[in-house]
Amino acid sequence: MSAAGYSVVAVTAVVVATLAVGAYGWRFSRTTSDFFVASRTVRPGLNASAIGGEYLSAASFLGVAGLVLAFGTEMLWYPVGWTAGYLVLLVLVAAPLRRSGAYTLPDFAESRLESRAVRRLSALLVVAIGWLYLMPQFQGAGLALAATTGTGPWLGGVLVATVVLVNVLFGGMRSITFVQAFQYWLKLTALLFPLLFMVTIWLGDGGVSPASTGTTPGDSWESPLAGTGDQQLYTTYSIILATFLGTMGLPHVVVRFYTNPDGAAARRTTLFVLALLGLFYLLPPVYGGLGRLYAPDLIASGDTESVVLELPSRMLAGTLGELLSALTTAGAFAAFLSTSSGLTVAVAGVISQDGLGRRLGGVRAFQAGAVVAVLVPLGLALLTEGVGVAQAVGLAFAFAASTFCPLLVLGIWWRRLTDAGAIAGMLVGGGCAGAAVIATLLGMAPTGWPGALLAQPAAWTVPLAFLTMVGVSLATSRRVPRHTARTMVRLHAPEAVQLDRGILPR
Amino acid sequence: MRDALRWLRPGHLGTEAEQATFRTLHSASLTAPELREGLTSGSAGRAIRHLRDLLGVPAVALTDTVTTLAWDGRFGHHEPDAAALAGIVLESGGTVVRDRRDFACSDAGCGLRQVVISPLVVEDRVVGTLQAFTSSASAGLVRAVTEVARWVSGNLELAELDASRTRLMEAEVRALRAQISPHFIYNSLGAIASFVRTDPERARELLLEFADFTRYSFSHHGEYTTLAEELRSIERYLVLEKARFGDRLQVTLRVAQEVLPVAVPFLCLQPLVENAVRHGLERKPGTGTVTIIAADQAGECLISVEDDGIGEDPEKVRRALAGDISVDSVGLGNVDARLRTAFGDDYGLVVETAPGAGTKVIVRVPKFAPGVHT
Repeated sequence: MSAAGYSVVAVTAVVVATLAVGAYGWRFSRTTSDFFVASRTVRPGLNASAIGGEYLSAASFLGVAGLVLAFGTEMLWYPVGWTAGYLVLLVLVAAPLRRSGAYTLPDFAESRLESRAVRRLSALLVVAIGWLYLMPQFQGAGLALAATTGTGPWLGGVLVATVVLVNVLFGGMRSITFVQAFQYWLKLTALLFPLLFMVTIWLGDGGVSPASTGTTPGDSWESPLAGTGDQQLYTTYSIILATFLGTMGLPHVVVRFYTNPDGAAARRTTLFVLALLGLFYLLPPVYGGLGRLYAPDLIASGDTESVVLELPSRMLAGTLGELLSALTTAGAFAAFLSTSSGLTVAVAGVISQDGLGRRLGGVRAFQAGAVVAVLVPLGLALLTEGVGVAQAVGLAFAFAASTFCPLLVLGIWWRRLTDAGAIAGMLVGGGCAGAAVIATLLGMAPTGWPGALLAQPAAWTVPLAFLTMVGVSLATSRRVPRHTARTMVRLHAPEAVQLDRGILPR
Repeated sequence: MRDALRWLRPGHLGTEAEQATFRTLHSASLTAPELREGLTSGSAGRAIRHLRDLLGVPAVALTDTVTTLAWDGRFGHHEPDAAALAGIVLESGGTVVRDRRDFACSDAGCGLRQVVISPLVVEDRVVGTLQAFTSSASAGLVRAVTEVARWVSGNLELAELDASRTRLMEAEVRALRAQISPHFIYNSLGAIASFVRTDPERARELLLEFADFTRYSFSHHGEYTTLAEELRSIERYLVLEKARFGDRLQVTLRVAQEVLPVAVPFLCLQPLVENAVRHGLERKPGTGTVTIIAADQAGECLISVEDDGIGEDPEKVRRALAGDISVDSVGLGNVDARLRTAFGDDYGLVVETAPGAGTKVIVRVPKFAPGVHT
């Protein structure tokens, strides 16, 4: 069988497995007549694996290796930031968010600021972030399938979108913790196992440093910030800010925290996530480094993002290499499918609850929401090309960091936040970041400084959103929500402390 | 500002008189939600500004029967007088006008010379007063103060109604707690007694289960608990019932772990399971199966309690849900009412049943609802 043949088999296996799990998914919820299992909540370790499974997307699986291959060690800030985002989440947000009882970000906004208007705006932003994040998943899928089987660039995206949609429409409205946790370990294996073979070969070849084989003399692969252009330092800081602060605004991540039984468990879960992501993100940069030695032609052709898929078959001759390439392809599809499913469920939930719920009701609204949640980003993915997977995800992070990060951080730690302030801050942050994203996606961005400001907006939009939120809140201090003190007690007091948390009036 | 923008307001907004009516209605509508919380210094403080807008006087006070709750307007040095003035109305029961003889003033520049005091009456009982201070009280002002006081009284009566509805709900939960059926206690203790000689260790375990079950049911708990807690109590209940029925009672429990932290009204599932056991077993020979499922559905949790017993006449179930207590279904109407109060009318109980076809009760609970948390 050819390499393409193995890949087709591997992708088919992943797709069939995903659909089967969707159809028979209820079997994975604990089924027993032995009662005492029923009251066991999800353990932090399992929950963390599930978060990892949903979080590690096409950008992590393909994008990071491609960026490192093309631009060098400077790009390590992406995986570092995507991991460190959970550190910020752990310290500032995890436990209070769980204690708030909110299931989605709009829920948090409503319960903290006691305002339907803030809720509606948050819902809109969740949908926007979800779309922005789903789009590169579909693009990545197209790219992966094209690279391994030679199909058109659109087929992979349509395939992933269809599988996700079928799964959500007929499989039910859940994303099962156990299945998502399994996805993490599948992705880790799919990268780690081929890497063991490849590193052995590399050591056998004398262990040459990737930096020593510059395709152009004197290039800056191994030394960050040494490249041309004076915007590089700004761009780096902007990436750091977006990735560190954007994680907390991702709808599918926040939803998972609800599964923790209490605030302490939420913190433990986050700690596990940090460990699991730290482990995973060690691997893609190695692919990038090895790709520089064994597949330098990808840099010239611009297909750097397919390095993870092609490297095994290039380094290992014969069937073994082809099988390992098929394994990484399967892992990539697992990444597209799990992230897309998690996002689709989260976005469809918000669309049905805040948009269609009143008119359609229940399951119908959710299904309609799922269709909208998938088709719009698929259309965007087919229309816009040329933006890298990792960069597009980076824009989603920048957008999340400019809107929900101020809302969450100020909402949890600042009692003078008002609904007007929150709305103004989210509008300003989301408006500026959104305009930058649109300009970048449509390829209208100019060169030089304005281009850098638009391509990586977080460094100016995040502070702007924070300042607006604080300023407008101070100016409208009469509008501080009535039950702020009570809400704050509930957010910050550990559950074990016996105190009157009060029942808020409806 | 308002004058500068007058050109933006063409005449179709209404005549002067109509606009005055609109302004009055607007002030009134702003006051109503505040007053619906009852007469406290907090609600009075927020409502009083709008009341002064309505009356158009220099100063207004709201009191209960002994203290001043809120004061709005100029000449705040008269605020302490309001409490004493309230006493006058408590005796007279109607609107009265008083002047400087009843609130002495040494300040020559003080513009408050007369006060109109009107009682706030809830269920034929004077609960407070509305006082309008002015330079000279016209007959029109007296009429206005009386009407506004009557309107405030109406809102306070609604608040009283809200409060008594809440108290009724609480009483029903207390009643549910006390409603652990005597049969259940008697049967459980009987079953335990039968093990004391043959299997003392099991008897001891069952007694501990019994103790834990009653402690949970009688505990002074908040209005809401987690699904995990509720299921734990149901577990204990079913262990005790199994001790009595042995293999005749089969139980299937399928719970998605993700929904265990969902907040549900305290003791909202226990009555449903008790019904299922009774209908599924007690009036029918052979084995009976009770199936409890809690599934994850995006923003909601779907719980169903099903038995394969003798079923029920749908008409009887409808009467039970409507609150007819003569129907023999423990707390069905109560659970339904509490779910609706907590989550809104979309979230009532759904009962699927027919004679001889078993019974399935479906509960939907949103993962988040404003004001609902454990």
